[in-house]
Amino acid sequence: MTMKTLLAGATLALGLATGATADGHEPTTVGFVYVGPIGDGGWTYEHNKGRLAVEEHFGDAVETVFVESVPEGADAERVMTQMALQGADLIFTTSFGYMDQTIAVAEKFPDVKFEHATGYKRADNVSTYSARFYEGRAVQGHIAGQMTESNIIGYIASFPIPEVIRGINAAFIHAQEVNPDVEFKIIWAYTWFDPAKEAEAASVLIEQGADVILQHTDSTAPQAAAQAAGNVVTFGQASDMAEFGPFPRVSSIIDDWAPYYIARTQAVIDGTWESTDTWDGIGPGMVAIGEISDAVPAEIKASAEALIERLRTGEYHAFTGPINKQDGSVWLADGEVADDGTLAGMNFYVEGLTGDIPQ
Amino acid sequence: MIMLEKRPQPSRGWTFATPVVAVVLTMFFGGLLFAALGQDPLVTIRTIFLDPLFSEFAWFYRPQLLIKGAPLVLIAIGLSFGFRAGIWNIGAEGQYIVGAICGAAVGLAFYPMESFIIFPLMVIAGASGGLLWAMIPGLLRVRFGTNEILVSLMLVYVAEQLLASMALGALRNPDGMGFPGSRNLSQYESAANLEIIAGSGMHWGVLTAFLAVIVAYVALSRHIFGFNVRLSGQSPRAARFAGVNPGLLVLICMAISGALAGLAGLFEVAGPAGQISIDFNVGYGFTAIIVAFLGRLHPVGILLAGGLMALTYIGGEIAQSNLGLPIAAIQILQGMLLFFLLAVDVLTNYRITWARKIA
Repeated sequence: MTMKTLLAGATLALGLATGATADGHEPTTVGFVYVGPIGDGGWTYEHNKGRLAVEEHFGDAVETVFVESVPEGADAERVMTQMALQGADLIFTTSFGYMDQTIAVAEKFPDVKFEHATGYKRADNVSTYSARFYEGRAVQGHIAGQMTESNIIGYIASFPIPEVIRGINAAFIHAQEVNPDVEFKIIWAYTWFDPAKEAEAASVLIEQGADVILQHTDSTAPQAAAQAAGNVVTFGQASDMAEFGPFPRVSSIIDDWAPYYIARTQAVIDGTWESTDTWDGIGPGMVAIGEISDAVPAEIKASAEALIERLRTGEYHAFTGPINKQDGSVWLADGEVADDGTLAGMNFYVEGLTGDIPQ
Repeated sequence: MIMLEKRPQPSRGWTFATPVVAVVLTMFFGGLLFAALGQDPLVTIRTIFLDPLFSEFAWFYRPQLLIKGAPLVLIAIGLSFGFRAGIWNIGAEGQYIVGAICGAAVGLAFYPMESFIIFPLMVIAGASGGLLWAMIPGLLRVRFGTNEILVSLMLVYVAEQLLASMALGALRNPDGMGFPGSRNLSQYESAANLEIIAGSGMHWGVLTAFLAVIVAYVALSRHIFGFNVRLSGQSPRAARFAGVNPGLLVLICMAISGALAGLAGLFEVAGPAGQISIDFNVGYGFTAIIVAFLGRLHPVGILLAGGLMALTYIGGEIAQSNLGLPIAAIQILQGMLLFFLLAVDVLTNYRITWARKIA
């Protein structure tokens, strides 16, 4: 540590001493930093629903604040610092790209608790949390593999990070299981939320013959593009997107952050908050599968629901061998289950997927 | 009847009054907008325009104004030369990205060696990267007569793809568990663009921005180069008779704007942002165009305009988290500022008269 950073820390500490810090009499303040607008209908929308659930659950005992559409980088660091200065006791930073900034700000505010979504860096006052979305992807693949007639499934991927690659693999494994001829066409959009780009990607995939579109981006633009095309199946992403049901949207993956946000806020109030790493799936309810619409034939719906149930109880793991990597080498032997470490850093395709992960 | 009458020459008074009137009108109509959203307009305006400067936490916000404003001013100063001469470099965002990539690459190549020479080398690489990227539209225009507006703008998208490829490939952090993004330069002492005086926000980029303002002022008002630039903008024919080489002028203006945008990118990546990531760029290159015009293409004006833009960003964040104002309202406010500027600008070249009916 240089003299400069020491001094910077001291300046901040000085400001803190004079600034507002929560004492027992004030309501607990919980801050949320969002990467998109709260009206994106997907990722940020669901985080904001979690925030509203916190407000409703605690009433006057808790006050929440949020800032939306915060770019990842220096702006995020400023927004977090500002929230901490204004007396936030707990801050949820809800995008992977906020990782280094969360750690940096947390260092300057040891008394404020931070929760970073989908990251891997923790500290005494920084927890991480994420959902096992790949369980939902397995269900999507299972339905998609049977719904496709062209055997081409389009996939709008966001960024080539383990989270997204895991989703592609899980969907492909379960689509191939029910339909050996299935083929995935993947477009990398390099965005989490850009309706124009997403709509364009969907149109390109439809032109290439895809009659099912899976998306790992947050807007409803691909749903609208599929609706316009008429005979293309989609799934809601992050949020239910039920307004596009019963067709093209036949089901969805819903992120339900409310129970986690309420539990963590309670922990701060009780003084029992500790730095943890949470990765919950369908079982604890962090991942929910939106209603499978009547556009899906009854027997497919029944088998999908059976799969959800087996994932929920933990009887079945979405990555159960035999599974080979794309190059044909063995990843998981028969009956072997993927460990969380490999899943967390997943940077390879499974056998059968074509193309390369962008490098 | 109200009539607009063309002034024989632009009004000197209105040239200076326009930005002030635009700001006042923005505050007034912004206040109406906030009132319509159920907020106290005076409190909101105070939060956005005054709290960053004078509130309890101003000691934190004031340095942030420098950090947010510096890249805007640096880029806008570079652009102002070309804009005065009728050379439209719209692709500063791309030059900013390439400057950051080149500078970061030099720094990362030395990792983990510590030496005082590394940061200066990075600065040179950053400026050269931006300069060379700007030379592409410059040379194409001089040699083949292509439109530099189109070419420089399109190269922004090329630069964005290059950025993604760097974050995922060549510059990816080997210790990053497969996640995209480079090592954090701000944590690598020899490569870090740290504050010169701790807690002041005054990093090397801010200093460079101030220097650029002074140099630009002298060059434009006291040097033959500035005269040539202004002459070419006002009367290209006269400039040719005066011995100005139009091709050379294009190259020089593109080089200046490219190099300054590259520098801004380098200072940002080595300091506030810290790392090359897929969405490292947050639009400084485009916002700087607004800043350049808001500042009347005058160095001192640009300095003030950069500060004002930074103020609306930072004040806007405070208003979001403290008052629950949606980000869209802040963006409308920023849009209003440019709108009113352009509208009031009419008065610089025209005067309002009451036309009497002639009997």
